[in-house]
Amino acid sequence: MRLLAFFGAIAINVAQTVRFAVEETGRSIVLLGSSVEWLFRPPFRFKQYLIQLDFVGVQSVYLICITGLFTGMVLALQGHIAMSRYGAESLIGGAVALSLARELGPVLSALMVIGRAGSAIIAELGSMRNTDQIDALASMAVHPVQYLVVPRVVAATIVLPFLALLFEFSGMVGAYLIYTAQLGQDGAVFINSIKDYLEAEDITHGLIKAVVFGLILSLVSCSKGFYATGGARGVGLATTRGVVISSLLILASDYVMTALMFKPS
Amino acid sequence: MITVNDLHKRYGDQKVLDGVDFTIQRGTVTTIIGRSGGGKSVLLRHLMGLETPDSGEVIIDGENLSRMGDADLNRIRRRFGILFQEGALFDSLTVAENVAFPLEEHTKLSQSEITEVVREKLATVGMTGHEDKYPAQISGGMRKRTALARALALNPDIVFFDEPTTGLDPVTKSAIYALIRTTHQQTSTTYVIVSHDIRGVFSVSDETMMLWDGKILARGTPEEMERYPDPIVQQFISGSPEGPIHVD
Repeated sequence: MRLLAFFGAIAINVAQTVRFAVEETGRSIVLLGSSVEWLFRPPFRFKQYLIQLDFVGVQSVYLICITGLFTGMVLALQGHIAMSRYGAESLIGGAVALSLARELGPVLSALMVIGRAGSAIIAELGSMRNTDQIDALASMAVHPVQYLVVPRVVAATIVLPFLALLFEFSGMVGAYLIYTAQLGQDGAVFINSIKDYLEAEDITHGLIKAVVFGLILSLVSCSKGFYATGGARGVGLATTRGVVISSLLILASDYVMTALMFKPS
Repeated sequence: MITVNDLHKRYGDQKVLDGVDFTIQRGTVTTIIGRSGGGKSVLLRHLMGLETPDSGEVIIDGENLSRMGDADLNRIRRRFGILFQEGALFDSLTVAENVAFPLEEHTKLSQSEITEVVREKLATVGMTGHEDKYPAQISGGMRKRTALARALALNPDIVFFDEPTTGLDPVTKSAIYALIRTTHQQTSTTYVIVSHDIRGVFSVSDETMMLWDGKILARGTPEEMERYPDPIVQQFISGSPEGPIHVD
């Protein structure tokens, strides 16, 4: 009986999460339509775009470098454990580069940006909604979607590929350091392996993913914040749900894009 | 002139506005009173074009807000100044930047001209010397005064006040009402105030309306309202716990 209740509770939680995700996807699509409409209508507030490019992009650089560095270091160590069994240590560079370029760069960058910037966007817009600041904008004949949402969506969509590239580069540096300093291998072998296995398509596909992830995380974050009600508790809930939903949507869309882009050889 | 015809609004099962009708003359100070949660702010949001009615219409100088698209609403909103209940100042902007915001958005004034207008508006509301402070660094009364300066920045035709004195001490309340009187005397602006602070609004209003049960129950000058025969109006004005109005 207890087991039944346990699995029942899990099923309810899963169903609720799916429902929230579907609702949020629908609302985000509506917000996307409105954002596209307002993107091309004057006035163009370049200062707002610069502020968001700085907040979402520049201020994430340090975090992305550190995360990428450690991810690359771990990949090199784990790669060594696996590949040394087959005497294939020379392939570590290529394997790390492929993992970073195809998957870990875009996905982990997006997840880190959700944690740092996405949650802040939800909290800021949610707080603005709950203190009438969004209505104040509308009442001053400034369209809130154009002023608040469009710069954030555009900024996140533009900067995510750059952050993913930075993540990949930091990861490669981390892996190289471990490969040469800790594992005592030849750095030239590491570099040659990357040259042999990494193709331009691996990077471009990763960057396309990053663009889509930037769009998803910014739309979900803006949507959750923009429509947050219920005071401080409501903003807290919106932030939690926004982070969970955008993370789930990124992982799900990653699978879909991977299936579409990478054909098994 | 603001005309409201048979305005209805419902949220789920809750009927908030149930056939509101009234006209507000240009250049007057009109107050809408009523219980907390009784639909005053909802009515005000309809007047500002922030809500779409289920039925009925809001007409401002011959233009029907209820049928307007975004572009037309934005055009007419440039004639409005709005003071929200908590001020609704932008947290990320200083006091001066908040007042400058509508000027930067809707005028072609140079930066020095904007600075001059901001200085003048802040002086009008007694906020000189606080230009560089953020909303979180000033008191509730100062936030309301800054919000009033922002509402007046574009010299609007109509200013809407949503509970302008809620949460303020009696002295600051009097100062806000004095400011409302002074700024109104300086312009021919129409002021529409929503409040449940009877005594305060009677001191500034040309006309008062009472919203009750989704309709306008009574209207008149403050003196006429004081003598209004309806027991609901009388209990509301006196603030007595005894009478037809029950405390939830």
